[in-house]
Amino acid sequence: MNLDFSDDQKLLKEQVRKFLADKSPFTVTRRILNAEGAEPYAKEVWKGLVDMGLTGAAVPEAYGGLGLGALELCVIAEELGRSVAAVPFSSSIYLAAEALRLYGSEAQKQQWLTKLASGEAIGTLAVGEGTFAASPKNIKTSFAGGKVSGEKLPVPDGDIADLAIVLVNAGGKPALAIVDLSANVAKEVLKTIDPTRSHARLTFKDAPAELLGEQGDGWAALTRVLEGAAVLFAFEQVGGAEAALEQARGYAMERYAFGRLIGSYQAIKHKLADMYVKKEVAKSNAYYGAMMLNDEGAELTEAAAASRIAGSEAYVFAAQENIQTHGGIGFTWESDAQFHYRRAKLLALTIGSPVQWKEKLVRQLEAKNAA
Amino acid sequence: MDFNDTPEEAAYRAEVRAWLDKNAVRKENVPASEVPGRGDVLRASKAWQAKKADAGYACITWPKEWGGAGGSSIHNVIYSQEESNYAVPGGVFAIGLGMCIPTLMSWGPEEAKQRYVKPAVRGEEIWCQLFSEPAGGSDVAGLRTRAERDGDDWVINGQKVWTSGAHYSDFGIVVVRTDPTVPKHKGLTMFYIDMKSPGIEVRPIKQMSGGSEFNEVFFTNVRVKDSQRLGKVGEGWKVALTTLMNERLAVGGNQGNADVKELISLARETNIDGEAAIGNGAVRERIADWYVQAQGLKFTRFRTLTALSKGQTPGPESSISKIIAAKKMQELGSFGMDLQDMGGVIRDREISAEGAAYQEQWLGAAGYRIAGGTDEILRNIVAERVLGLPSDIRVDKDIPFNQMPKGK
Repeated sequence: MNLDFSDDQKLLKEQVRKFLADKSPFTVTRRILNAEGAEPYAKEVWKGLVDMGLTGAAVPEAYGGLGLGALELCVIAEELGRSVAAVPFSSSIYLAAEALRLYGSEAQKQQWLTKLASGEAIGTLAVGEGTFAASPKNIKTSFAGGKVSGEKLPVPDGDIADLAIVLVNAGGKPALAIVDLSANVAKEVLKTIDPTRSHARLTFKDAPAELLGEQGDGWAALTRVLEGAAVLFAFEQVGGAEAALEQARGYAMERYAFGRLIGSYQAIKHKLADMYVKKEVAKSNAYYGAMMLNDEGAELTEAAAASRIAGSEAYVFAAQENIQTHGGIGFTWESDAQFHYRRAKLLALTIGSPVQWKEKLVRQLEAKNAA
Repeated sequence: MDFNDTPEEAAYRAEVRAWLDKNAVRKENVPASEVPGRGDVLRASKAWQAKKADAGYACITWPKEWGGAGGSSIHNVIYSQEESNYAVPGGVFAIGLGMCIPTLMSWGPEEAKQRYVKPAVRGEEIWCQLFSEPAGGSDVAGLRTRAERDGDDWVINGQKVWTSGAHYSDFGIVVVRTDPTVPKHKGLTMFYIDMKSPGIEVRPIKQMSGGSEFNEVFFTNVRVKDSQRLGKVGEGWKVALTTLMNERLAVGGNQGNADVKELISLARETNIDGEAAIGNGAVRERIADWYVQAQGLKFTRFRTLTALSKGQTPGPESSISKIIAAKKMQELGSFGMDLQDMGGVIRDREISAEGAAYQEQWLGAAGYRIAGGTDEILRNIVAERVLGLPSDIRVDKDIPFNQMPKGK
């Protein structure tokens, strides 16, 4: 029985944690928040992550990566989540690099995966087209004759990305296309609930593109990419939930009301205990998700969905109850509690809401427990 | 990451399986008609325990000199996992071997250990734990049963409640108040006691679920020798903590209940507004939520096992288990009844879905959320021991027990 990370992976986690604690404190994330779009991400933090080789952690050595695996990405994700870092790591690595690694042709990998691994380029995945969930039936962005036209929003890091893997309608069928964002693409920064992670509207007008190499069924390929990302985002959510709980605990241990530390009241103690319970449920689900992702296991679909549902629930709950524990001070612009509140909801929506993932999960459970 | 045994664990598992194959019948090979009565279970349990003890599978982690096998925690887990596949009697020794005998071993006089430990391990004698009282549940230290010194003896008067297995136990450990003039935690003393002593009366409690797994135990001028004391006079609370530390491990899971798989079947067979209930969004959302909880519990257990397998001390994560499991058992039971709509009120093995499993677990869960630490006490434990938050303010901490305000 081994449902735990190896000593090497824990060491890597420790290194990433130290780096982020040092280089990506809330003062840095706050700088991005206050810039209101003028500074879309913390470049020095991003550069540091690239210099540590983390962007290439799960990229094969043939494409300039370290050739490690999903488990290493999981420990990195947990620390990125804990620090609420303002970097495009998830877009470029969990989504774009993983899509290329899984389905890119050799030439596409040589051209793009190498650049994502080295940090020379930033990638993203463009799925949604508005305020509704994408489905195989409602994709308007079209691919024909090597060109993409249409509008995608919200695209995480779309304003800073060099390439996007775009969900397109290719002659009536869903497909994934690679688009170089340097030509025939208009980028417009969007106002969002979490300005520490920038999002954009991308408008394609006959943008040169090619289909992602060996994807077969495009919707199935997208689904697999999102399942992997669900596990990685779940680790961010676990890290974030843990940090929000620590923040709430810290305040409960210094704030007095009615002559007592507020942390001595059961109303607060039980609230924090509930945060802990949800966080551990999320962590245990995420560990199994990590195992399935690393092994391309037969239960990846349900493990990923369960990771995502539990992770979203744990972080959103911890973030909102963290502010509640703080009282009025937690609702001020000066308070750091807002970073978790914003990020938790962002992460819960970014690759599809829990409502969508619950439906996916139950459909899978129905298939496994055939009538 | 993998769920495989180490070579040493695999060898042990094979050994266990071979022994069980030779000495027991796998559950799937037992005809449903063979449901033994209560008296038979007790006799069969004792015989099975003796067999296990002879083969080194009783109290696996205890030293050999006390009748154990000197094995590791992971050996114990492997044995339990394997044994759960066989139709074997059990349960009646859990409290004695899980709580009472460890307390006796930590605090009892040498002669008592020599006399009682091995017969308990072999299942020859059964022990119960006499702590809870009508006036002391979550606040056990508020108990009122008195013991007064009389020469070499102590004389006990009072009442215990929720005592599992008192009706078939040979011995028990009992915590009593020996000094009501000092604050509540300081006036307690622990004894072990012969349940056949004159003046002890055991009355079964009929639970709201209809079952009777617990008892009230009345003490009327029951005499115990001072040599039956565990720990010093006035240090009974310290001794009791040794016992209670083991309780949350000993209070078992919720086997035999309906879970997500059964709920999916039920949702296929029932309907909402004429359509199969499984297609209803509210039903699907709840299935998803309970699946995530069930998986969370399972893999939390696996994380604990991982630590044990590596010879490490598990983290505090397992403290979440009963908080989740009890509530889930109650709500899933309740929802399974909702799916049966008006028919959900029926509690009949022949008529109700899953042999009335939903009705039974809904009734039983009301008690499971309380037994072995209420949801609220368990949250306090997580808050205080895991998160390091302050203890609750105790207004009775420094007041002599006999001057404390008492309710009804």
